[in-house]
Amino acid sequence: MKETPLSNCERRFLLRAIEEKKRLDGRQTYDYRNIKISFGTDYGCCIVELGKTRVLGQVSCELVSPKLNRATEGILFFNLELSQMAAPAFEPGRQSDLLVKLNRLLERCLRNSKCIDTESLCVVAGEKVWQIRVDLHLLNHDGNIIDAASIAAIVALCHFRRPDVSVQGEEVTLYTPEERDPVPLSIHHMPICVSFAFFQQGTYLLVDPNEREERVMDGLLVIAMNKHREICTIQSSGGIMLLKDQVLRCSKIAGVKVLEITELIQKALENDQKVRKEGGKFGFAESIASQRITAFKMEKAPIDTSDVEEKAEEIIAEAEPPSEVVSNPVLWTPGTAQIGEGIENSWGDLEESEKEEEDEDGTDEAIILDTIKMDTGVEVSNIGSQDAPIVLSDSEEEEMIILEPDKNPKKIRTQTISAKQEKAPSKKPVKKRKKKRAAN
Amino acid sequence: MAEAVGAVAESLPGDRARAARTVLDQVVLPGEELLLPEQEDAEGPGGAGERPLRLNAGTRSRGRVVCGPGLRRCGDRLLVTKCGRLRHKEPGGGSGGGVYWVDSQQKRYVPVKGDHVIGIVTAKSGDIFKVDVGGSEPASLSYLAFEGATKRNRPNVQVGDLIYGQFVVANKDMEPEMVCIDSCGRASGMGVIGQDGLLFKVTLGLIRKLLAPDCEILQEVGKLYPLEIVFGMNGRIWVKAKTIQQTLILANILEACEHMTADQRKQIFSRLAES
Repeated sequence: MKETPLSNCERRFLLRAIEEKKRLDGRQTYDYRNIKISFGTDYGCCIVELGKTRVLGQVSCELVSPKLNRATEGILFFNLELSQMAAPAFEPGRQSDLLVKLNRLLERCLRNSKCIDTESLCVVAGEKVWQIRVDLHLLNHDGNIIDAASIAAIVALCHFRRPDVSVQGEEVTLYTPEERDPVPLSIHHMPICVSFAFFQQGTYLLVDPNEREERVMDGLLVIAMNKHREICTIQSSGGIMLLKDQVLRCSKIAGVKVLEITELIQKALENDQKVRKEGGKFGFAESIASQRITAFKMEKAPIDTSDVEEKAEEIIAEAEPPSEVVSNPVLWTPGTAQIGEGIENSWGDLEESEKEEEDEDGTDEAIILDTIKMDTGVEVSNIGSQDAPIVLSDSEEEEMIILEPDKNPKKIRTQTISAKQEKAPSKKPVKKRKKKRAAN
Repeated sequence: MAEAVGAVAESLPGDRARAARTVLDQVVLPGEELLLPEQEDAEGPGGAGERPLRLNAGTRSRGRVVCGPGLRRCGDRLLVTKCGRLRHKEPGGGSGGGVYWVDSQQKRYVPVKGDHVIGIVTAKSGDIFKVDVGGSEPASLSYLAFEGATKRNRPNVQVGDLIYGQFVVANKDMEPEMVCIDSCGRASGMGVIGQDGLLFKVTLGLIRKLLAPDCEILQEVGKLYPLEIVFGMNGRIWVKAKTIQQTLILANILEACEHMTADQRKQIFSRLAES
């Protein structure tokens, strides 16, 4: 399909907005979009999302014969592909200019900067060296492909592990991942590209242009730097005239941005390392938050918290006073009873009630600290009637006892159905019910 | 050929055609067959197509059921062609059997006759303009299809301008054609859209939601700032407000409305109304 044309109205609006220092998504002039790095289950596979631009990177290795004029160095091969799902305009035959430009830039950034130690990739000089191949696929195009691709390439290279090799005289042993752990590549530094888009003949500049801004820009400056502030590659396209101090300013900004991005990459690599070591789940499926596939990222909406304090006081005022602890089982119905913690706890009462229980059965009423009416006479008679434990069935728990509820279980919270002889065995199998209030 | 298709459809062993009434507001998948209400009697007793005679035949008036987007007639049943929720609208005037359609979600637009769309002029060749509407082919727009246009009095349309028009021809066999006048020859809002403002793209489902008669989003948006807004059924929205900041806010709100619940939206609007 042909690319959607840019209308005059959009172009005019974008240029006016840039003159007023406003961007379409609300970023500042030097702000990057959100960068998200996720790793696959294999080593060397990662997806980098820069806003909505998505690049998949995959590193693989192979033993080959070296180049004739470089007999002791390994071979690096980079390839960026613009998938047709990235934009409607990307068709198999149609993308040549952009593709060539991006591939050249990526190669200069990663190969000429010697970020990977190729001497360490040599196995047998002149005969066998490792060929490392980095494949990048653009999955979605929303501007600034080169930044996302360079981040994906370096992250995939840092994440990759090659099989271990040992050389003894003439014998070369290649170990499988099961025999010996794979070995990471030796990477000196991490070059990352930062793009600057210029508008109105160099008057205004934006960092990390998105797709709309790329359509209206006059020229693009790409600076590849590492965190030691060494410039690996610098390229200016579009034919704009840039002043010396503009380029210097851009390089300073690039230094700051590269530092942030490098920290992010280190953190992502460490997280993945930790998860793999602890045996947790890793991979692309885990990095997608479940049930939120199409959710839009929202900033926090402010909440009206003016009446929070009144609510707290109301809650405290309306709360009922905590009841005393019941260390004897409270019977609700045949077969269910409750002991101890199920009812509201009152930490302070615990010791007193325990001490008093040791005295005698009849003084259980003294546990109750609140002044509540009780029928002590009825209680004593109840105690007397529930003397023999009723063994119901031949269950595995030998001491299972089904307790019958009391005749008058009113005011449940304060009543204690006490039977000293039932206290011990009933601790085992009685079911605990949820807390019931007398109010309901 | 239609009869052959119908016969095959009825004789398929695993074919469980469901009544459209029972599937309303549920998700349907392409390939499912739906029975219209009148056909349920035929399928019930007897099964093999016997139609029981009804003594009071006048009560069930066989109105014309309109088959909307996502559905297609297959013999005497409806065949689902898109996945989504099945919807039904009762007939307003009392005649007809109402409209059935499938609410689906997509971003790529397919031209449909009668739709009002926003297009971008890509080329001027002789008597017609080529207008990109987001479909597979650019639509053609004759220069005479504007209000008050004659051979001497040509409309002032440049390449790159925005046009709001409707389709008069849109099918899969021909290049779509659009016009900027209605059947009486009046513009009624169509034509070249003004110079300022912002054009952005959203999904087709959001456009239909915003154009529904009782849409709250538009009413709330209208209370914020004075604005001009044009909705194209091809997923394009053109917005213009007094300042650039307001225009950007509106564009971001409308894009975000897709994924927000009503409460979140109210919060955003109240926060904007304060500032």
